[in-house]
Amino acid sequence: MPVPGTLEKELLSHISKKPATEMYPFVKVEVPEGYRGKIEFNIEKCIGCGLCSRDCPAGAIEMVEDERTKLKKRPKFIYSRCLYCAQCEESCPREAIKLTREFELADYDKERMVIDV
Amino acid sequence: MLEEEVEEKRVFKIPVGPQHPALKEFENFTFTVDGEKVIDVDFRIGYTHRGIEKLAESKTYIQNLYLCERICGICSAAHQGCYAQTVEELAGITAPPRGVYIRTLIWELERIHSHLLWLGVAAHEIGFDTLFMLIWRDREVVMSLLEMISGNRVNYAMSTVGGVRRDISDELKHKILKGLDVLEERTKYYKEVCMKEQTILARAANVGILSKEKTLKLNAVGPTARASGVDVDIRRDDPYGAYDEVPFEVIVYDTCDVLARILVRVDETIQSILMSRWILENLPSGEIRTKFARKIAENEVLGRVEAPRGELLYYIKSNGTDKPERLKVRTPTLANLLPVAEMLKGGYIADIPIVLAGIDPCFACMDRALFIDENSEKTWVWDKEQLRIYSIKWYKEHGKEVVRERWKQ
Repeated sequence: MPVPGTLEKELLSHISKKPATEMYPFVKVEVPEGYRGKIEFNIEKCIGCGLCSRDCPAGAIEMVEDERTKLKKRPKFIYSRCLYCAQCEESCPREAIKLTREFELADYDKERMVIDV
Repeated sequence: MLEEEVEEKRVFKIPVGPQHPALKEFENFTFTVDGEKVIDVDFRIGYTHRGIEKLAESKTYIQNLYLCERICGICSAAHQGCYAQTVEELAGITAPPRGVYIRTLIWELERIHSHLLWLGVAAHEIGFDTLFMLIWRDREVVMSLLEMISGNRVNYAMSTVGGVRRDISDELKHKILKGLDVLEERTKYYKEVCMKEQTILARAANVGILSKEKTLKLNAVGPTARASGVDVDIRRDDPYGAYDEVPFEVIVYDTCDVLARILVRVDETIQSILMSRWILENLPSGEIRTKFARKIAENEVLGRVEAPRGELLYYIKSNGTDKPERLKVRTPTLANLLPVAEMLKGGYIADIPIVLAGIDPCFACMDRALFIDENSEKTWVWDKEQLRIYSIKWYKEHGKEVVRERWKQ
């Protein structure tokens, strides 16, 4: 039998409760451990194999010349194209790439959205 | 003569759509209406053709994992998982049991979030915004669970060819079980609300009827078919993943209306919660993924899964390289388009939002409705929001007699 106002009790119980709304961006949101955010690249571990660039589905990784690595190459991450799948982190044989918990990455300039060491 | 003119003027054509920025599949519906009644529905599709299938041919099997995931935002795990298991079949490898179980868990958690999202949208369409807010607040629980497991709220990127990419630790397992308890309690409460609340019954009972014969004839899939008494579920009929081991019930209702579609989804959500709990408690130990050679010999495979909206179909053909020669996808909304046209016929204009929403399509297509008076060529534009407000207003004026009429049947 249909009755109106079945939610009444539930709604009244909300009077004493805090609002469910997250006050972002005024209050920072904590993302969990293992979140896939901005890429962190460690040049010391890199050997310049280019596996990350080969597997990147978005073409966000370009290989550029660099004297510091074994094969004289290193990846350049263009994170305005990145889709944060973490495939590069998985493909890297030396654990030189890591995705961090940083997620506020919007920028006015595309040129600045590059990780270059 | 005069009467004829008046009669003629009553027939309008309403094009609805095709553009909406937030929509995955743009559709253009043209409704022929006589007064308040819809007498015919016509639709055009293809507005969101993005060339994904062609693009997939130029990417490797690994890269395509993330491309397929992005075909749909709501059922991303279903797309990625279906692609991954089809490629596994193609390459002749099998994922280890723990990997398969975790993949199935993600599928079920995704079904919970998709169905809760739909319930909220349905409540919003009929003007019941209180329920919409409450359901979406509780949906955050499952969203954060998925974020904890996979590292992202929407595109989980969990499946890979040969298993899954992340393991579930014991600590995480306890967190998920706790979250599932909350979800179960809330979903059971919403089921009670949906079955009793007058606001929902008045707008959903006996609306958008799709008979069982028509359902079979027009090949409806998923919850839409199950709400019309057709007992079909890929998870049971053609088991994949861990579904041959996980106990579950296939929910079938035979009232064929929007209310049945609501109840099928609420019950499926409860089933999914029970399944997720069973999977976590019976998680086998061992590896989560096997190795996969990048090149696949010539072969072709057709894979299918039960996505939250219905049967999702993948066809992949390999040619000995590390890229597929052909990738074909059929999403459930395409299969449910003809049935929804059938449901709308004979209904009121004010029922269009909830009936269209009833198949859980990529619904935002109703952003722009252009009204053309065929005789005076007067045109005006309606968007989805105005149509929704119109429908709520119309029901406030005419609701009582219409609902009374419906309950007589």
